[in-house]
Amino acid sequence: MTSEIIFYFLAAVSVITALMVVFSKNPIYSVMWLIACFFSIAGHYVMLNAQFLAIVHIIVYAGAIMVLMLFTVMLLNLNRESEPHKSLLTKGIATVTGGMLFLVLLAAMRSTQLGAYASPEASDAGFVQKVGMVLFTDYLLPFEMTSVLFISAMIGAVVLAKKEKH
Amino acid sequence: MEQFIKPIHLISPTLLIPLFPLLGFLLLSFFGKNLKQAGAWISSLLVLVSFVISIYLFKELGNKQSLDFDVFTWMRWENVSLNFGFLIDPLSLIMLLVVTGIGFLIHLYSIGYMSHDEGLTRFFAYLNLFIFFMLLLVMGNSYLVMFIGWEGVGLCSYLLIGFWFKKDAYNDAAKKAFVMNRIGDLGFLLGMFFMLFYMGGLDYATVLSSAEGMEKGAPLLVAITLLLFVGAMGKSAQIPLYTWLPDAMAGPTPVSALIHAATMVTAGIYMIVRSNILYTLAPFTLEIVMWVGVATSLFAAIIGIKQNDIKKVLAYSTVSQLGLMFAALGLGAYTSGMFHVVTHAFFKALLFLGAGSVIHAMGGEQDIRRMGGLWKYIRITAITFLIATLAISGIFPFAGFFSKDEILAAAFHHKLVWVLLSVSSMITAFYMFRLFFLTFFTNFRGTEEEKHHLHESPWTMTVPLSLLAICSVVAGFLGMPAVFHMPHWFNTFLGPVVETSKGLMGEVHHMEHSTEWLLMGVATALAVASIIIAFVIYLSKKQVPESDEETTGFAKVVYNKFYIDEIYDKVFVKPIGVLSDLLHVVVDKLIVDLLVNASAWFVGFTGRTMRLVQTGNTGFYIFAMVIGMMVLLLIQLVL
Amino acid sequence: MNEVVSTAAPQSWYLVLSTLLFSIGVVGVLLRRNAIIILMCIEIMLNSVNLLMVSFSAYAGNTDGQVFVFFTMVVAAAEVAVGLALLVSIYRNLGSTDIDVLSKLKG
Repeated sequence: MTSEIIFYFLAAVSVITALMVVFSKNPIYSVMWLIACFFSIAGHYVMLNAQFLAIVHIIVYAGAIMVLMLFTVMLLNLNRESEPHKSLLTKGIATVTGGMLFLVLLAAMRSTQLGAYASPEASDAGFVQKVGMVLFTDYLLPFEMTSVLFISAMIGAVVLAKKEKH
Repeated sequence: MEQFIKPIHLISPTLLIPLFPLLGFLLLSFFGKNLKQAGAWISSLLVLVSFVISIYLFKELGNKQSLDFDVFTWMRWENVSLNFGFLIDPLSLIMLLVVTGIGFLIHLYSIGYMSHDEGLTRFFAYLNLFIFFMLLLVMGNSYLVMFIGWEGVGLCSYLLIGFWFKKDAYNDAAKKAFVMNRIGDLGFLLGMFFMLFYMGGLDYATVLSSAEGMEKGAPLLVAITLLLFVGAMGKSAQIPLYTWLPDAMAGPTPVSALIHAATMVTAGIYMIVRSNILYTLAPFTLEIVMWVGVATSLFAAIIGIKQNDIKKVLAYSTVSQLGLMFAALGLGAYTSGMFHVVTHAFFKALLFLGAGSVIHAMGGEQDIRRMGGLWKYIRITAITFLIATLAISGIFPFAGFFSKDEILAAAFHHKLVWVLLSVSSMITAFYMFRLFFLTFFTNFRGTEEEKHHLHESPWTMTVPLSLLAICSVVAGFLGMPAVFHMPHWFNTFLGPVVETSKGLMGEVHHMEHSTEWLLMGVATALAVASIIIAFVIYLSKKQVPESDEETTGFAKVVYNKFYIDEIYDKVFVKPIGVLSDLLHVVVDKLIVDLLVNASAWFVGFTGRTMRLVQTGNTGFYIFAMVIGMMVLLLIQLVL
Repeated sequence: MNEVVSTAAPQSWYLVLSTLLFSIGVVGVLLRRNAIIILMCIEIMLNSVNLLMVSFSAYAGNTDGQVFVFFTMVVAAAEVAVGLALLVSIYRNLGSTDIDVLSKLKG
């Protein structure tokens, strides 16, 4: 019962913060709401017995990515006044489209066969030990490849952000 | 045939024979501009080298040994493998000597004849290429290699007929020769497919040995031999595919001598002799070969009577002589046919070269009505021409007498054929002497300017003439008739090639010596009678053929070659032209163009419309993407 | 084992939640013109998918799903780094992060 209450609470937080990200006028606020949203998702991860992932999620998203975003927003000096707006018609169309997409996706999800997973099983699937085992055996090559991806992303970012000499 | 062992040390000389002319062709093609006159000499000398090597091979091999080897495997599948290889046996040796020997003499002659032509090196490059392909044709050890050579000489023939490509008529003649040969080649090709399919190979050894296992008159053999004969009809200008050869005289005269008299046109005869076992086993085809040969011989001879162009007369005489050779093959006298190929190569090459020399002296004039009395101006040409004329007419002891006599003797048991061939050779003697008298005797009928221009040709031209004249006299002694009690060297030499056929042929018509004497007597009498008639008409009465307009009646029909070209035009060319026009209008214009244009218009229209979507606005793109996702999901839901 | 999981809500709720989050992300992308906000909305969408995968992993008792989430995070981190660098560069050149200004893609 408690877990259900926790789930509903976290779900509400996730949805509301996500909405706030979208509808905040000031980019700084958006970033802040997003951080909150990520924390709630981390909570979901804990609920789902993925403790390792929850920690990684907070470190990577809240710790790294969002800080990066925040820096960028401040670096570019974006604020409420400089924020461009779409026309009301576009906004309406966008909202309607998003809502329709939600309905369509939901309908698609409904047809998913969930029979096998009807009740959650207690397992140690999310423990560090287990994730580590899988990561370093079955997925070793992709794991090593991520380092290549990171290197190229780093170089790419440096090259792109570098001020061109005139 | 256990005596056919492989003398391996002769392989490299064999390979060198075709390589020298090829080298000449490449040299002249790439450096012709710089070599000029020297290029002509180089190309002639390279052919001479090939000739020398051929003599060496001839000496080493004799007729007791033959050389058969594969250079490389071209393609292989399942149990069939197509090889590129050479076969040197008595038959190839004879053809080798003829091709390189006469080829060299004609090269030498061309140096003088073509010296003022701007395309001198191009001409020699083509000539060398021709020699190369002709050598492939006669040296190959399979029908495939022969076919390569066969197509190659066809190409060179086309190039050389249209050598003076600035004149449309010459180009048309070249195209005509090419297309007519294509018809024959189709037959050859189909014949090869049959062999490949039913006999499992194209090399002579495979085909001939598998043919030996078949019974006489097997439908497969008849089909193959008929198809091959269609090929021979095209290449060797037999009815109904002969009309290209007279037109082919548009090319330079040495070309007419080399390609269209001495070598290429005899390829069909070579092919049949090469596959003599197949033909012996298909008596039906032999019958057809014989009748086609007889008909061609007679028909072309009749046309020859009324022709006034010196080269046209010789062209029809070539067609007629080729018919004679085919008649010999059809009678099963393969060696006699080959013998006539050789002697004919000498005297017909000589006739053409002599005609070239006359044309050279006349400054390009080819009409015998405008010649006459040339004897005293160009003595060497006239004497050699006379020798050749006597040879072709079959007067003892010139070469033509022996080979022709052999063919007539072979035909004797088939009375009708014998009569027709005798008539044909009688007509030949008549029109050849008509040509000779009109050209070299009575009064000069050309213009003053031409008379002033008359001169004997340079030594490069007269030397080949003299050598060929000597050959035309002595070549006949290679094959003495049995009555002289001398060895028939030619038949003995070719013996191994036709050995099997002889065995299969069975009945041999042995002739009494008295009959043989009689035959020779009759043949000579007929020839002499014709010469006398020609002498009376053109020398004593000094008649000159009437001009084109005055010709009437049957003479006009003959003069116009029985309107065969016109008939072909009406029956084949015109309907195909109409059909092409129809297809052009209906299929091409209406259907194909419509389809193509419609699809082009559709693509253009779609492009123009879809272009409007490309606003460059990223927001819109994302929007479109979301809609697309929705559509896909909806489709998944609905279905 | 974790008692919370064994008594958690049925999985379909996670499906609904992640679908909702995904749709919100899409609406954000469509609605906003600021490229940074759009980038953030994309992060929301990515995380909704992550959540879905973790839920499947947990309910099926299979670790593979979590490994995939791990990789998604890696890619997302790289993407953000490059994306922000691009934004900075664009801002420098155009003085704006408004995507409606970026119509250079027009053919």
